Amino acid sequence: MAEPLLAVRGVETYYGSIKALKGVDLDVNEGEIVTLIGANGAGKSTLMMTICGNPRARAGRVVFDGRDITTLPTHEIARLRIAQSPEGRRIFARMTVLENLQMGLVAAGPEADPAELDRVLAFFPRLSERLAQRGGTLSGGEQQMLAIARALMSRPRLLLLDEPSLGLAPLIAQQIFDIVRELNRTRRLTVFLVEQNAYHALKLAHRAYVMVNGVITMTGSGRDLLERPEVQAAYLEGGRRETAATGS
Amino acid sequence: MEVFVQQLINGITLGSIYGLIAIGYTMVFGIIGMVNFAHGDVFMVSAFVALIAFLVLTTWLGIASVTLALFIVLIVAMVLTGVLNWAIERLAYRPLRGSFRLAPLISAIGMSIFLMNFVQVAQGPRNKSIPPLLSGEFVLMGGSGYQVTLSYKQIMVWVVTAVLLAAFWWLVSRTALGRAQRACEQDQKMASLLGVDVDRTVSITFVMGAALAAVAGTMYLMYYGVISFADGFTPGVKAFTAAVLGGIGSLPGAVIGGLLIGLVETLWSAYFSIDYKDVAAFSILAVVLIFLPQGLLGRPEVEKV
Repeated sequence: MAEPLLAVRGVETYYGSIKALKGVDLDVNEGEIVTLIGANGAGKSTLMMTICGNPRARAGRVVFDGRDITTLPTHEIARLRIAQSPEGRRIFARMTVLENLQMGLVAAGPEADPAELDRVLAFFPRLSERLAQRGGTLSGGEQQMLAIARALMSRPRLLLLDEPSLGLAPLIAQQIFDIVRELNRTRRLTVFLVEQNAYHALKLAHRAYVMVNGVITMTGSGRDLLERPEVQAAYLEGGRRETAATGS
Repeated sequence: MEVFVQQLINGITLGSIYGLIAIGYTMVFGIIGMVNFAHGDVFMVSAFVALIAFLVLTTWLGIASVTLALFIVLIVAMVLTGVLNWAIERLAYRPLRGSFRLAPLISAIGMSIFLMNFVQVAQGPRNKSIPPLLSGEFVLMGGSGYQVTLSYKQIMVWVVTAVLLAAFWWLVSRTALGRAQRACEQDQKMASLLGVDVDRTVSITFVMGAALAAVAGTMYLMYYGVISFADGFTPGVKAFTAAVLGGIGSLPGAVIGGLLIGLVETLWSAYFSIDYKDVAAFSILAVVLIFLPQGLLGRPEVEKV
């Protein structure tokens, strides 16, 4: 296999004196969906933000497409077309849906293509009915779709999705996972997905990592991890796989 | 009735100037949550820049057309004041970002004193004046008794303010730059995740605020004909009051607040006592802070997340 698109090597991140990531190694190859599962507070979102340079890794390296981006400022990392739909969605509540989407074009710089709007909206028909509405007036599911759509506007080379199913009705969460699968299939979009909803995430992902207390404890194909008893016990609530599927 | 209409005209003129300054306060507060106490002095410096530019143009270069001179003076004042405010932000505020909340505030007060003293030393402590220009006026009402007049200067202030506010409004609400500014105002972390250079956007905000203050400074100089090193303080604090009254962070609020403060001040002068006009204006600040802390168009402090 060629060099991975994203390589995380021995990354350590601190909040003050608290070590949140304790030497994380992780690869995302081009065209893959990779998921990282783990409990609340395991450091998943911290890893996501460390990739984007905020906070910065205090040790280790983050390499994107052969380039060391560990010390690059966040906005320059974004301009390499690493797009993130972050924890909590972070929609601009006082901007319209259209303006939120246009903000997604910034990362593309001079290559920004306004026509991308129609292509993105084709995946999220709900949003096209709401373009003039303020972001803050959308429902949770719509906000999540907007956060993903906004990230897609720059035609990202790598899409980082932080808990897209959090707080959503199971049906809406399923819709979002379907869209991600579709994007990966039709546009060969590379996706790095962080989830607590382990069942869905593992079914979706080509490869998966499990994080516990800031270290990667397991890795394998999505299906492989789904079968492992220790994953089932810890993240799929024992045998209640079917009920776990309905999400939290 | 005539007195009222006349004071209305005067008040709108004064209020336009306050509104232009208030935008600088409200934008900077919106984007980095800091009250830039040096903004009134930036306004004062811009009036001096306009004064010098005006004298150079008319006496040395011999430009006779008032309109052309005014246009060039405006551009020069806007550019130089913009550069000044850019430098102030770079030197005095940016290094303190991420420090405790009061640090940039104290730095701004220091910068205010520095600017005031610098101009006092460099330009002298006395009033500087320009020769009167645009001295005509229209008589709107009243033949023999009290005449209601609208001077050419007032029309100039109104037109220039309206044009620049419209241009500024377009910039903030319709362009990618304005979108980036509003995004930084709401969520800097997200803006940077989307590729917005937050530091650069903050710099641009300071430059824009200063450019509008320079328009106000030029108008102030043309309208009153005199300027002194101490003239930044009172209009500055009144414009800040205007920004708070309108709801700090809100751009239309700043303009409406400015107009209201201008009107209160002139009407109070006409009907009560001119000596207490500043008391009237600042009483509003106190009353607003007590009963309507978020201002007329401001957002409540707590937001749903």
